[in-house]
Amino acid sequence: MKLTDEEQALRAGEFGRAAQWAIEHQIKVGRYLGARDFVAVSQAHVMADTESLGLAGIEWLERVARLPAHERRVRIPTITDPRGTDFAAAHRLKQQPWMVDLERRAIAALEALGVLMTNTCINYQTIMPPVLGEHVAYGDTGVVIYCNSVCGARSNFEGGPSALAAALTARTPRYGYHLAERRQATLVVNVGFTPRELNEWGALGGIVGRLAGDYWQVPALVGIERVPTSDEMKHFGAALASYGSVALFHMAGITPEARRLDEVLAPGRSVRSHDVGEADIRAFQESYAAAIESVDVVVFSAPQLSLVEMAQAADMLAGRRAKIPVLVVTSPQVKGDADRMGLTARIEEAGGTVLAGMCFYQSYAREMAEANGWRRLATNSAKLVNILGGYGYRPALMSMPACIDTACNGGRIVP
Amino acid sequence: MSGEIFFAAAGMGPKARGQALVAKDGFSARYDLDRVRGVFSRSDHKLAGESYVGRVLVLDAAKGGVATAWMLHEMTARGIVPAALVLNAVNPIMVQGAALADFCMISGFDFDITQAIPNGALVEVDPTGEQPFIRVTRSSA
Repeated sequence: MKLTDEEQALRAGEFGRAAQWAIEHQIKVGRYLGARDFVAVSQAHVMADTESLGLAGIEWLERVARLPAHERRVRIPTITDPRGTDFAAAHRLKQQPWMVDLERRAIAALEALGVLMTNTCINYQTIMPPVLGEHVAYGDTGVVIYCNSVCGARSNFEGGPSALAAALTARTPRYGYHLAERRQATLVVNVGFTPRELNEWGALGGIVGRLAGDYWQVPALVGIERVPTSDEMKHFGAALASYGSVALFHMAGITPEARRLDEVLAPGRSVRSHDVGEADIRAFQESYAAAIESVDVVVFSAPQLSLVEMAQAADMLAGRRAKIPVLVVTSPQVKGDADRMGLTARIEEAGGTVLAGMCFYQSYAREMAEANGWRRLATNSAKLVNILGGYGYRPALMSMPACIDTACNGGRIVP
Repeated sequence: MSGEIFFAAAGMGPKARGQALVAKDGFSARYDLDRVRGVFSRSDHKLAGESYVGRVLVLDAAKGGVATAWMLHEMTARGIVPAALVLNAVNPIMVQGAALADFCMISGFDFDITQAIPNGALVEVDPTGEQPFIRVTRSSA
């Protein structure tokens, strides 16, 4: 890779040992993926939940945190993805003391680096959304795909180590979605049904993700009949990224780089096309819910809920009583507003539990299942459904109203 | 078949050898694995129930989210880890994870590598040279 004078100084250790490790890591990654040089980034978003870090990752972070202050500090605004617990609710989730202890250690290490502990995967709804053309280094696939596609920002999937490296060097290898030519559509999906509920948007994302197949595919959707809301884009993108490992999509006439379809089609290049209709979305959902008559727990998470979703959950629970656990997971930023506006109290008066700063699947989901006897789960998140199969759950994908009806019905799913 | 060699577009980490575990399916540490027991745990994965410990995984494409970037490092530290990953297509997360963990990985073939390597074959993987490769040293263990 071509290195500037500053990058050579970083490599020589002139900016400290943390930045020296970071640029070496980035060069390894950049060489593998064909980057010719680096691009400056303005923000980083670090995924570092302790289930992923493990003890080895936490000890690695602590070694960096023990460096002198001038050697370990991040150089650009750096925020965090959800953590593995909500300390206020860990006992109710039956999380073990060792999990909470690991969380405290990870937080202390990240704070020592100057990282802002936002603990959110909806920073584009709550912190500082990137703007069109802004190069960033974001972790969490849902964050990346939303910011690339809806905001027009430029990021690859940056896992925790690489997002942290970008934070320490203020740059990232220029490959993938930092390059204009990589942002052209590679497949067109003709959509014959515009979803209504969030779970339907997630199902559409899951279907398109399976069609796309891998990280380097960029689907362009045609036929969406109205401008989706931010929450709808959030669920669609999160599922698309989860099922397909996809980092960028376009919606013709809607997303900023595809005011017209031909703006994202390279001249003279033919791309494959697919049709998706209402029957496909129904079949996708039924493939999960089939043969599940009842569930043990309802979870709204992945992504964290916006304030609007919190209000919807509170309204749907009004005057009712959940007879099985209902976990409603949001960001610390939204939680403050939800508390102030009485939404948290209304959800919890109906038997729900509001959790902040965590995400269900990043919080030792397997151990929580065993400790709480949770085996079957209902959610309106297609992303969560996709992930939890590997953790031993049998998940059902349903709308938020249907999930709440199920919770108030003692877990029995009403056909 | 023994001795046949297949070149990849890119490689990282040290040399590795072991018994190949092959499937036309994806790979994600969070989505697909029980990392405590060292087995594929996603019920609809083609390797469901199989131990991956010490095996050279020959799979189609990297899938899922960003967690693998940390998890490969964590798995390596505990020794409950594959010997190497050989993939038709990577995503950046796999590359970042292999870089942190100093893990053997090669990817990018002009053909479907999952069709070229017999399941159960003994193989060696060398990502260190100009042309990273996987070589079949014995067709079945």
